[in-house]
Amino acid sequence: MGTWRLYTAVAAGAFRRYATYRVATAAGVFTNTVFGLILAYTYIALWDERPGLGGYDQSQAVTYVWLGQGLLAAVAVMGGGFEDELIERIRTGDIAIDLYRPADLQMWWLAADVGRSAFQLLGRGVVPMAFGGLVFHLALPADAGTWLAFLVAVVLGLLVSFAIRYLVALLAFWFMDGAGVQQLAVLAGLFFSGMTLPLNVFPGALGELARALPWSALLQAPADVLLGERTGFALWRTYAFQAAWAVGLLAVGRMVQSAATRRVVVQGG
Amino acid sequence: MADLQAQERHDAHRGFPPTGRSRVVDGLRAYRLIAWMWIRSTMAYRASFAMTVFGNFAGTALDFVAILLMFSRVDELGGYSLGEVAFLYGLSSAAFGLTDLALGSVDRLGQRVRDGTLDTLLVRPAPVLAQVAADRFALRRLGRITQGLLVLGYALVVVDISWTPLKVLMMPVMVVSGAAIFASVFVAGAAFQFVAQDASQVQNSFTYGGTTLLQYPPTVFAKDLVRGVTFVVPLAFVNWVPALYVLDLPYPLDLPEWVAFLPPLVAVVCCALSGVAWRAGLRSYRSTGS
Amino acid sequence: MDTQTDTQKDFGPADDHGDDFIRLDGVEKVFDVRKKTGFMRSERRQVRAVDSISFAVARGEMVGYIGPNGAGKSTTIKMLTGILTPSGGRLRVAGIDPSRERTRLAHRIGVVFGQRTTLWWDLPLIDSYRLMHRMYRIPDARYAENLDRCVELLELAELLDVPVRQLSLGQRMRGDIAAALLHDPEVLYLDEPTIGLDVISKAKVREFLRHLNAEQGTTVLLTTHDLTDIEQLCRRVMVIDHGRLMYDGPLTGLHEIGESERTLVVDLERELPPIEVESARVVKVEGPRQWLAFPAAQSAAPLVARIAAAYPLVDLSVREPDIEAVISRMYAEKATS
Repeated sequence: MGTWRLYTAVAAGAFRRYATYRVATAAGVFTNTVFGLILAYTYIALWDERPGLGGYDQSQAVTYVWLGQGLLAAVAVMGGGFEDELIERIRTGDIAIDLYRPADLQMWWLAADVGRSAFQLLGRGVVPMAFGGLVFHLALPADAGTWLAFLVAVVLGLLVSFAIRYLVALLAFWFMDGAGVQQLAVLAGLFFSGMTLPLNVFPGALGELARALPWSALLQAPADVLLGERTGFALWRTYAFQAAWAVGLLAVGRMVQSAATRRVVVQGG
Repeated sequence: MADLQAQERHDAHRGFPPTGRSRVVDGLRAYRLIAWMWIRSTMAYRASFAMTVFGNFAGTALDFVAILLMFSRVDELGGYSLGEVAFLYGLSSAAFGLTDLALGSVDRLGQRVRDGTLDTLLVRPAPVLAQVAADRFALRRLGRITQGLLVLGYALVVVDISWTPLKVLMMPVMVVSGAAIFASVFVAGAAFQFVAQDASQVQNSFTYGGTTLLQYPPTVFAKDLVRGVTFVVPLAFVNWVPALYVLDLPYPLDLPEWVAFLPPLVAVVCCALSGVAWRAGLRSYRSTGS
Repeated sequence: MDTQTDTQKDFGPADDHGDDFIRLDGVEKVFDVRKKTGFMRSERRQVRAVDSISFAVARGEMVGYIGPNGAGKSTTIKMLTGILTPSGGRLRVAGIDPSRERTRLAHRIGVVFGQRTTLWWDLPLIDSYRLMHRMYRIPDARYAENLDRCVELLELAELLDVPVRQLSLGQRMRGDIAAALLHDPEVLYLDEPTIGLDVISKAKVREFLRHLNAEQGTTVLLTTHDLTDIEQLCRRVMVIDHGRLMYDGPLTGLHEIGESERTLVVDLERELPPIEVESARVVKVEGPRQWLAFPAAQSAAPLVARIAAAYPLVDLSVREPDIEAVISRMYAEKATS
């Protein structure tokens, strides 16, 4: 129980920390809104040309755009949050101190990331969504149940996102400058999460592949849940898909972490 | 003895009156020196450098892949063919890529104000803007330019343009003026960060957002948005207005034809305005120190 | 127009050859500070970081500029280097108005920020020097001569090819000081040059600064928290607090005003009543640990010997008086006099 309280405190701390960056949050909301506008218009043109593309109607497609902008920061599609700090601690060797803390390294950073995400869901998510709702007609569900199901999918998506970013950050143990790996991870995230184009619009085998990769748990899965495309059995299958990637990647993260720990011990810190 | 030496050194410095021209020359020289230091610094991590070059190329290419994916499902977007969209895309990316290469790190100005490292630049005998522009100079950004030029090359092959000497001349002029227009947005954004240090994202929405917007046909967007980027933040002069003249396509707003030749003028005006904004920003920093 | 006549006058030989290499007349710096008073509401308040300061420094002087955090030290240095524009008063360095002719002044001053390196992190130390060589347009012979001297005196020979990120804090500080001197500045400003350094590095830095001032005639103005820096380097000290110059004069005078005490921290084997010993008094007791104050001028050795003879001693340490303590005593003296 004591450890549970520790992690709650870490998460709350991260939430408060992000809440203090008011100007940065406002600037981020502005950016999300601008990109939302640009994407929304291109999607409208696309769905004008091909109504029903990917199983979405036009207002679902536009809703997808604003949902993507709203979730961008919360599920950290483009990275952001703890990775830079963790990589910096690895570079400077401060990580050796963390390893002797009574808390679990992975859980510690996960707790902090949950706190950050919770703030950004509110701080960066609500306003772009509201703006999108004012300018366009959005296909948002009226029942609380769908919203609740959506929130569960967002939480699972965050877990997958964290697990990926944690793995990438740990690679800094081997590549002393993690910028290159991080950049590739961001690109993969942007493209395969469906941030640039919904994955159900991807043609053929590329579509099959993209929908099977872990990044589809970040945005495509929650979006499909909110847009009412996943109900009943399909909903549970989506959850299972997200949870499987989360558990698998977190486990790999632990293995890499222990390999990295051995390396630190060998290096002598 | 020491006093005499000091006097002698002092005399040596007297010979440099600060004139406008020497400031520009000094700035370019400082820029070159600092950029070279950054190139050498990145080479300290060769493996990572190779990866970031590839990443930069692939990252910008993915934007175009998204457009290709769209056209795998449709034949036209906003009344434009794939080749025509590629034409707009290539021009926008090449112009933006040049600016990004030349001064892509000025958006870190707020960070420098916050951590106080801007002060270390202010005690150097070189214009601050040149030093800030050269900050983190990164050759990996050639990736974006390369990718933009490749797409532009593809467009030139597939689109049937009725070339005239004027249109041929407009191509390089468009890229250079476009880069200058983007540069003025970068500098104005940096100047804004003297006031709001955490607002680098606002700048991003005009720079990265701008280039994304210009990659699509203007017919896709709402008229008010098109008016905004034509008359308020004149990004439309980077490619839309002149490129549609080259393509012989109508611009969604009712503008006279000669407007297509305005990009160099727009670029000069924008650069002058952002220069004023920069000076105002720097002055306010130096009077408030925050 | 105004600048023109100003410059003419300031370049006059009287001003430059005279004693006042640096001159401040009633210099002020006022900041607007916005304070949150509620949601979306804030209150503007003016803060005088520097409040009408006047002083002059002659060419070749070495001056300590001290005061507590936030007293206005850094703000003064920033105005002297041209980073900040004064809100009022007149300021000249080598006859130049720093805020108006910042880049021209830059050729004639050297600046070391103790907590921010200007060296290139991922490149060998020598590369940073080569950049200075070209950026300041230092003549080749001058550069070679200055570099050789700095390398010798700051013991940098073995570090020149080492990437800066691999240098220790002390090595980096020595590297930074050399970087600030390659262009023959007439004045060197150092902001906390010994902060965070080990004892040996501190000694090396001080030795170098002494040499620089004596042999090169370079004017030195340094801010510090470490009174030992001042004691070992400066004959003249200026104390600033709340933006005002509290004291300007010889170090000895400062001691007279704020006669300071050092503290001996003693760990005894067990809790005992306050130690009774000649020439020191117990100021605090916490379990087996006791704090004794004794005059700064007095050696600690005989005191320690006397305590050790009479009490079961486990461990001890001596704490130097800090600037804050000296200044608070200055206030106390002023209040009573």
